Amino acid sequence: MNRWLAGLLCSLLAVLGSGVQPVAAQMLMNGAGATFPYPIYSKWFDEYARVDQGARFNYQSIGSGGGIRQITARTVDFGASDGPMTDDQLGKAPGNLLHIPTVLGAVVTTYNLAGNPKLRFTPDILADIFLGRITKWNDAKIAAVNPGVSLPDQAILVVHRSDGSGTTYIWVDYLSKVSKEWDAKVGRGTSVNWPVGLGGKGNEGVAGQIKNTPGALGYVELAYAIKNNLPAASVRNAAGKFVEPSIETTTAAAAASATNMPADFRVSLTNPPGDHAYPIASFTWLLVYKDQPDETKGKLLVKFLWWMIHDGQKYTSDLLYAPLPPQVVKQVEARLGEITYQGKPLLAAR
Amino acid sequence: MTTAAASRSLSSAVVSARARRGWGDRLFRGLARGAALSLILLVTAMIIGMAGAAMPSFRAFGWRFLYTSTWDPVAETFGALPFVYGTLVSSLLALVIAVPLGLGAAIFLAELAPVWIRPPITFLVELVAAVPSVVFGLWGIFVLAPWLRNWVQPALGASLGFLPLFQGPPYGVGMLAAGIILAIMIVPFITAVSREVLLAVPNTQREAALGLGATRWETTRIAVLRYGKSGLIGAVLLGLGRALGETMAVTMVIGNRPEVAISLFAPGYTMASVIANEFTEATSDLYLGALIEIGLLLFAVTVIVNALARLLVWSVGGAVKQVRE
Repeated sequence: MNRWLAGLLCSLLAVLGSGVQPVAAQMLMNGAGATFPYPIYSKWFDEYARVDQGARFNYQSIGSGGGIRQITARTVDFGASDGPMTDDQLGKAPGNLLHIPTVLGAVVTTYNLAGNPKLRFTPDILADIFLGRITKWNDAKIAAVNPGVSLPDQAILVVHRSDGSGTTYIWVDYLSKVSKEWDAKVGRGTSVNWPVGLGGKGNEGVAGQIKNTPGALGYVELAYAIKNNLPAASVRNAAGKFVEPSIETTTAAAAASATNMPADFRVSLTNPPGDHAYPIASFTWLLVYKDQPDETKGKLLVKFLWWMIHDGQKYTSDLLYAPLPPQVVKQVEARLGEITYQGKPLLAAR
Repeated sequence: MTTAAASRSLSSAVVSARARRGWGDRLFRGLARGAALSLILLVTAMIIGMAGAAMPSFRAFGWRFLYTSTWDPVAETFGALPFVYGTLVSSLLALVIAVPLGLGAAIFLAELAPVWIRPPITFLVELVAAVPSVVFGLWGIFVLAPWLRNWVQPALGASLGFLPLFQGPPYGVGMLAAGIILAIMIVPFITAVSREVLLAVPNTQREAALGLGATRWETTRIAVLRYGKSGLIGAVLLGLGRALGETMAVTMVIGNRPEVAISLFAPGYTMASVIANEFTEATSDLYLGALIEIGLLLFAVTVIVNALARLLVWSVGGAVKQVRE
């Protein structure tokens, strides 16, 4: 028994020892933050480890709030957030924090009606439903933009996210832009004081509640809706066109906003101009310090970011994220050139 | 050897043994004392740490936090009443359902069931206790909630709809669903512990009652249940503790709406749920402080409920003694 144990221990040590050797030669980059882009980030870190043998990433998807707190406290090398940091939050950071857009996500309206007809909504209708003004499916406003669809005399049960999330932020940011009343009464945030409806935990909680309740309506991430074959409504965009949510129309939302993109990328993409733009879309960002505290790590990080906005983008569609449009990639390139170590730009050294 | 000499040599042996093992005893005493002290330190440190982090919320809202019911993270106005209410009502509902079920099952297993059937049922009960709560939650969303909405709530509304408890539209999810899920989760605890308590009742109790001509029911009631009363209350308390703190399963079926509604059909919210839901994305100090103050409040509610239950056990214990005298 003892010999057996000793043998086991020896082999365990051998395995550990062999594992430790190459790892020690690698540089470990720590990151934390948003949960929404976690699948694509882990794919990227995995793929990038093959491109650059010296890089190893450890990313904790603890939520955008946690990501902002950790990068502000400098306990991680990079943060990640689904919502842009406020001026107040940026002011608390010990250095100049850059927002680097990585991919785009969209939020779609899904519902449960007999036969699941294709529905179209205007911004007013969505705001009125979520404010509790439209309470029945056969409301005249809904019928007006959905000719030919038989709408039942059924109560609308609104379902929203109960957990604080970037998805909620994008949704209410959109409602705040299209409805003055929403902006005044509810406002924007990762959790809000909902006028009506039930809360479901996570995309699966919202979708589950909608699937089980005839007459229910709510919002989920585009990727989640595609993967689970949920009906997703078209929404009338700022150009007055009804646009179906898809990866292409989400990227179109960023392309349409590229002309007046602020230099720090802290921009809300909801309700953008452009005929093909789906109006409920948003960037998700990595947060990095403009002046890197460590040269080796800084170089590695910039190299990774460059790879991410170029080669990395081809992995997005498989995982149902929308890639950055070329105009935005150009703009991000310029921003990466500004990342420095003690005043020296790190990108040139690549 | 005389008895006196024998006892003297025995006591000298004990004394010398004590001298030899003195360091061992001291070590043991030190370790045990350290363990007990570390528990107290841990609790104190937790309270101090949480109170410190909750300071912004204490300052902003004061006592208002306890009795207002607006929860608006955007405007940063926070009141905890709906969460306290939700936690207490869902746990109480769970007890109302689970105590008769759990005690009934325990009495059956300990007193009435044929001997061959006891081990498999006991095993099954303990198996249910090991199911992770997220599994209960998913089952709640996909099985329990539709069943409640389509069958139970319409029936309750039609028959008992005159009571404010059973009014309003049937969503499926809500306080009722949360109470039932919690009940299912705590029944195994109550059953397992109660069964052990009942098995520990000396057989002489039963024989005496039967010998006096008591029926099976009378024996169980007078000789067994009364004897094990404080143990049984302990079993119920264990279940209550779990119900108060349960997070995941409740969050998935309670509807997560911070309002105080009398109807059991209406959605509600609990203290543990709001912390789990909103903590990760809470960015401002005040928001975070409010969530941590809710944690502190949950701590306080648990302590108060437990203290009340202790009082109950003591008063019952006194009653038992009087009966025995």
